[in-house]
Amino acid sequence: MNLLHDFAAERSRYLSRRWFFRDCALGLGSLALGSLLGGKGFAATTNPLAPKQPHFAPKAKRVIYLFQAGAPSQLDMFDYKPSLEKWNGKPVPSEVTKGQDYAFIKPDAALYASEFKFAKHGKCGAEISEVMPHLAEVVDDIAIIKSVNTDAFNHAPGQIFMNTGSQQFGRPSMGAWVTYGLGSESQDLPAYVVLNSAGGLSGGSANFGCGFLPTVYQGVPFRKGADPVLYLSNPAGISDRVQRRTLDAIKELNEHRLGEVGDPEIATRINSFEMAYRMQFSAPELADLSKESKETLEMYGAEPGKASYANNCLLARRLVERGVRFVQLFHEAWDHHSDVKGGVKTQCGITDKANAALIKDLKQRGLLEDTLVIWGGEFGRTPMVEASVELGRSLGRDHHPQAFTMWMAGGGVKPGLTLGETDDFGFNVTKDRVHVHDLHATILHLLGFDHTKLTHRFQGRDFRLTDVHGELVEKLLV
Amino acid sequence: MQPCGLEAAGIPAPAQRKIDFSRDIEPIFSATCYSCHGEKKQESGLRMDSRAGLLKGGDNGPSIVPDDSAKSILIQVVTGTHPDIMTMPKKKDRLTAQQIDLLRFWIDQGAPVPEQETASAASGKSGKPHWAFIAPKEAALPKVTNSRRVVNPIDQFVFAGLEAKGLKPSPEAEKSTLIRRLSLDLTGLPPTVEEVDAFLADHSRKAYDTLVDRLLASPRYGEKWGRWWLDAARYADSNGFEKDRSRTIWPYRDWVINALNADKPFDQFTIEQLAGDILAAPNGPANSVADQSLDRSRRDLRIATGFLRNSMMNMEGGIEPEKFRVESMIDRVDAVGRTWLGLTVACAQCHNHKYDPVSQKEYYQFMAFLNQDDEPRIEVPTPDEAAKRAGILGKVRAVEDSLLADPGIATAFTDWLTAAAKPQGDWSPMDAKEWHSTPMKYEKQEDLSLLAGGDIHNTGVLRVWVDVSQTNITGFRLEALNHPNLPGNGPGIMGDGDFMVNEFTVDATPLDEIKPVVPGSTNPPATTNRISFRQAIADWEAPEFPAGRMTDGTVTSGGWASATSEGRRHEERRAIFEAEKPLGFPGGTRLLVTVSCNPPGGLDVGGGKVSNYLIGHLRLSLTTETGTLKVDPLSERQRRLLVADAPGIRRELFREFLFKEPSVAAKAAEWEALWRDWPKAETTTLALVSRSTPRETHIFKRGDWQRLGDEVEPGTPAVLSAFDQSWPRNRLGLAKWIVDERNPLTARVIVNRVWQQYFGEGLVTTPEDFGVRSEAPPYPQVLDWLAVEFMHRGWSLKELHRLIVTSATYRQSSHVTPELLETDPYNRLLTRGPRIRVNAEAIQDIALSVSGLLSPKIGGPSVFPPLPDGVMQLSYGPIPWNVSEGDDRYRRAMYTFWKRSVPYPAMALFDAPTAEQSCVRRTRSNTPLQALVTLNEPTFIQASRWLAYRVLQESGVATDDARLTLAFRTCTARKPDAAELSSLRKLLGDLLKEFAANPSDAARVAYTDPKSPVPLPAGTTMTDLAAWSALSRTLLNLDETITKE
Repeated sequence: MNLLHDFAAERSRYLSRRWFFRDCALGLGSLALGSLLGGKGFAATTNPLAPKQPHFAPKAKRVIYLFQAGAPSQLDMFDYKPSLEKWNGKPVPSEVTKGQDYAFIKPDAALYASEFKFAKHGKCGAEISEVMPHLAEVVDDIAIIKSVNTDAFNHAPGQIFMNTGSQQFGRPSMGAWVTYGLGSESQDLPAYVVLNSAGGLSGGSANFGCGFLPTVYQGVPFRKGADPVLYLSNPAGISDRVQRRTLDAIKELNEHRLGEVGDPEIATRINSFEMAYRMQFSAPELADLSKESKETLEMYGAEPGKASYANNCLLARRLVERGVRFVQLFHEAWDHHSDVKGGVKTQCGITDKANAALIKDLKQRGLLEDTLVIWGGEFGRTPMVEASVELGRSLGRDHHPQAFTMWMAGGGVKPGLTLGETDDFGFNVTKDRVHVHDLHATILHLLGFDHTKLTHRFQGRDFRLTDVHGELVEKLLV
Repeated sequence: MQPCGLEAAGIPAPAQRKIDFSRDIEPIFSATCYSCHGEKKQESGLRMDSRAGLLKGGDNGPSIVPDDSAKSILIQVVTGTHPDIMTMPKKKDRLTAQQIDLLRFWIDQGAPVPEQETASAASGKSGKPHWAFIAPKEAALPKVTNSRRVVNPIDQFVFAGLEAKGLKPSPEAEKSTLIRRLSLDLTGLPPTVEEVDAFLADHSRKAYDTLVDRLLASPRYGEKWGRWWLDAARYADSNGFEKDRSRTIWPYRDWVINALNADKPFDQFTIEQLAGDILAAPNGPANSVADQSLDRSRRDLRIATGFLRNSMMNMEGGIEPEKFRVESMIDRVDAVGRTWLGLTVACAQCHNHKYDPVSQKEYYQFMAFLNQDDEPRIEVPTPDEAAKRAGILGKVRAVEDSLLADPGIATAFTDWLTAAAKPQGDWSPMDAKEWHSTPMKYEKQEDLSLLAGGDIHNTGVLRVWVDVSQTNITGFRLEALNHPNLPGNGPGIMGDGDFMVNEFTVDATPLDEIKPVVPGSTNPPATTNRISFRQAIADWEAPEFPAGRMTDGTVTSGGWASATSEGRRHEERRAIFEAEKPLGFPGGTRLLVTVSCNPPGGLDVGGGKVSNYLIGHLRLSLTTETGTLKVDPLSERQRRLLVADAPGIRRELFREFLFKEPSVAAKAAEWEALWRDWPKAETTTLALVSRSTPRETHIFKRGDWQRLGDEVEPGTPAVLSAFDQSWPRNRLGLAKWIVDERNPLTARVIVNRVWQQYFGEGLVTTPEDFGVRSEAPPYPQVLDWLAVEFMHRGWSLKELHRLIVTSATYRQSSHVTPELLETDPYNRLLTRGPRIRVNAEAIQDIALSVSGLLSPKIGGPSVFPPLPDGVMQLSYGPIPWNVSEGDDRYRRAMYTFWKRSVPYPAMALFDAPTAEQSCVRRTRSNTPLQALVTLNEPTFIQASRWLAYRVLQESGVATDDARLTLAFRTCTARKPDAAELSSLRKLLGDLLKEFAANPSDAARVAYTDPKSPVPLPAGTTMTDLAAWSALSRTLLNLDETITKE
């Protein structure tokens, strides 16, 4: 007597199933139902990480951001100031400092010339210090920006400003914006991967958070060791065969429920579980550097099974090779309030070779062309010396927001370029100032976005990475 | 230029209802058109913010032809069918079919714009105020044809709306679905099988209502909805920013849970959180910490102000504390705006708000309400501790009273007071030019005192540079002062508010010989002009800690401290230093005053030793008086109170007299002894207290805290209801304005956010923004009716819940057909019940609950469930994560310690908010990383074991099918159908085989620790337990288990 009812139920089951198999069975990669229906709400039922086209043809398709947290000393690495030598030990003229507050020192602290030697390198003649012999080999492939300028001079606000365009917490990070705009090419790895090789981060996870964007766009920290993603390994006693059998049962029961209740969200859930399963194999495979050639390992200074900055650089290459959109390395080790000379030397010893190797490796694999590599910290360091008995500090440098150096490579950045100049003290920018917002606008441009149009509505306002600022730095482009 | 056939171009037919310009059309214009065709810019000569402008049009002629949308250029350009003009909007997303629909029908209805012409809300000249800014009224109930299912007006509005569209509500959900939905919604926990059976067996008409009553009365209700409130309150257990040190503010979290369980009326709930301290002490805060913490109800009122204290706090070395105090103010304005008003006030921080009529000035006026506070940490004694304290205080008073009753002592006191009241020396506070105590930072106050802030750990030296012109300085004074921000009111910065000064030095340099710090040197350079002191004396010194130690030339020799018993720990103290000979250079002198502390062994704070025992609030003065210098027995505050004859001051001064008058020393010792057993409160919490002197609030030009604009007075946005003149212009007045029935937003915003919990989306889909750019709700009458009912029913949240969950609308089945997906893809029309993945906390709680592991304990300190190695290392300030033992390991997820810089991953991955700012809408993602949590995270694995154990142990359930059914029902509340049962049976068979063949795997699956296995349920084997554990794991991972259907 319930024939009609049964028939209707059967039909709806059929329709749901058909919908599911047609649109979801292939990993939802091609599903564009969300945008067809206006994008809202349905985002949850389609794959929010499906690859998307930016506003115009991009030069860079992916990003590796080598974040040097703590703020490296530009004056000891890039911004050569022979004029500082004659000012060594004298106070900075007050017309230069203009009442700037500092975190630790007083404005009358004396100037301190770098103790490193600088030399010109490559065809482009870029002038960098002796502490980076490896980077010297690839200066023709990178663009050095000596005129970066930021608003913040404390670490946590400085880091989140550099990463989110705001000193206030709660905004999406650059990596989140980029994956929000471009989706991911990888079916079995997160779209935005975070690697850490030194101390914990002053800005914490807000540095790679998603702010008000959906959680799926936040950076996923990869961990050291055999379990690179949290909760990746099967629990004790669960063999791969039992895991597969369990997932088959989950899938079967979820599909059955999908047929009953028709909620497309279940289809997404089924896909999430399948992707999780794939990730259980792809992530350890990715993290296993032992398959890399001896030459490659040697070039980076990487050692399989050991956690290091060099390993992370190599991992970054492996990640982008596998379609990961945004890889961000954090190396919080540059806060040299004391012994800046020793500190810079040590950290360059740890990072210089790997940085250069990454450029060379990407280049020889044809990846540099459309991979944007960014190197830099949250601000720079003062031309003035920092010293303090109680804090046990001497011959250090304090935080300096007015002028510092970053470099970029690949992905449409003009190779061999040195952009920007600072005054005789290295204190203020005198030419081609690149504010953090400008840097963001330019990075988005390289990825194919008009930075004013990559927006997300929240609290009645269209937010963007560049807030209401940002000018494209044309001189940086090929 | 004829339009090509619109219908042929796939444009949907227009809407069939009366279009309301301000509700339907203006938001579209405002979001997409005005930026190029508005007040500021008129591209192609077109200005769209008035009807006249649209009729006049731009370079291409009129934009609209009233009554003929097909001929209107506006429609042609937004649909891309105009032959010459490119598709609009050019710089924004294309309009959706629904928006185009609205525009067309508006034009076809004659393009009416109410009253005045100008439509731009930003200009404040809007013809009709935005709907959300008019107080809600109950609309007339519409007629519903199918009235049989109508329970309350919610249904009447919704069903009428559906009927108008030719739609029908879905049938009522199955009873097993309903009890699970209700239990998850009201308590955050799934029903037990027994509860389900009881409900299924109750065939009375009142069965459902009885269930609702039971769940609303459950203490679990306060936890579930407490967590809802804590999102907006941005509750966390750490300070945020770089150091991200742990804080104790869980008493606020517990206050919320208790308030909701008691169904404290929402208006009162609001007032207490915004102004509880003012209610607790209408005449201003009591001075003595001991007195403040006794009265329980007053203490609870102070705990409630934790809402505002949940702001993050930056303690990074080298910061400007004021900058980050301002950040907290910005956060508080934002939190109050989001939580109660659904308004984007925060955007007016830098400039006048573009879309909502809140001006920059109004933003700072709003801030002015919140900018008047100090930030104490208050003690929360347990009832035991409070009783002991009351006993001691009673004895102290009795002793004092009996002493005062002694005529001899009373006379001596009067004499002492008369002498003390005479002027005591002429001291000029020194105006510090620079000061330095890195990484901590002091801030200069209006009275030239210095107050510590920033990174208060790890420092032990304060240096102050002062330029002075006097040439006959004879001495210096160091005052240790109280401040509410300091522990126990100070004067010390750390621990209990004690301080110790080991060394006090002054160096004098002629102004014309000042040299900078040079590389390789230390700061400051060694000096030759150190001042020698004849004597150092203090108004009071603790035994063994004499003031003279401060001038003995070494920091390691001990120093001056004043704390003795708790009764006298927090008094203001002062010491003076008499120079050997007058000092001061004729051309001016730079003085360098150095205050050092060096407590033996350091101070134990938060698991680490720190060396900061400095005075948190101090002031330096100098004198040029000749003769032997004396130290004032009274503090400046006491002198002021003495003159004003303030209440309580006599008793306070009597205590000073007892200790400073040698003839009553024996009595003083008696008094002192009474305090020996004073119990220290284990628990503290963060609260607010109004400042004694008001703080000026200025507009920050372009949002920059260092660029002050005009000063502003506290005030509320003019576009909303008026601020009643009878209310005080402080936080209490602000709270009263917020919960005033004339306020158009509060009730709507709360109702909407409650609705959002039930249906996944609010009636207004942007709960943080009710401004002109928000999408109009599909059922505005439901929102308004509920808002009015909410207020009329005494702001009872439980009554509001009851109205919603008893409605037929809520009770609909959530099954969806492809047809429904097409007509109502997001369920905005409420054609069905909600089906949504549960929140992060419920994901954990469900697993713990079905396995029987869940601890029922409510409240208390936050707990530490297992955390994978290495997670904490991502934080700059990692803390030891000692996994909680016993029951605390299996508490409800809301009690998990929340560290802002590394939020607990198993919850963060399920979209739990970071608590960096107020959150009124969680995102709901569905990702592979979530699957890994439920598949592999240790707590879930433990839960699968115990679910298996429960099922195998259950008496009277002997067959596999019965056990499978029981396990399935435990997770989903319903019985598996034949297909499901067969899948599970097959799975069980495979798992049994697998584990029989691999006993070592089986042992690791069955037992938490295979070396000490639990006794097996009777008649079962280890293989059984392993297979059932793996099967339970499958059930815990079903979509249905983590979904509210």
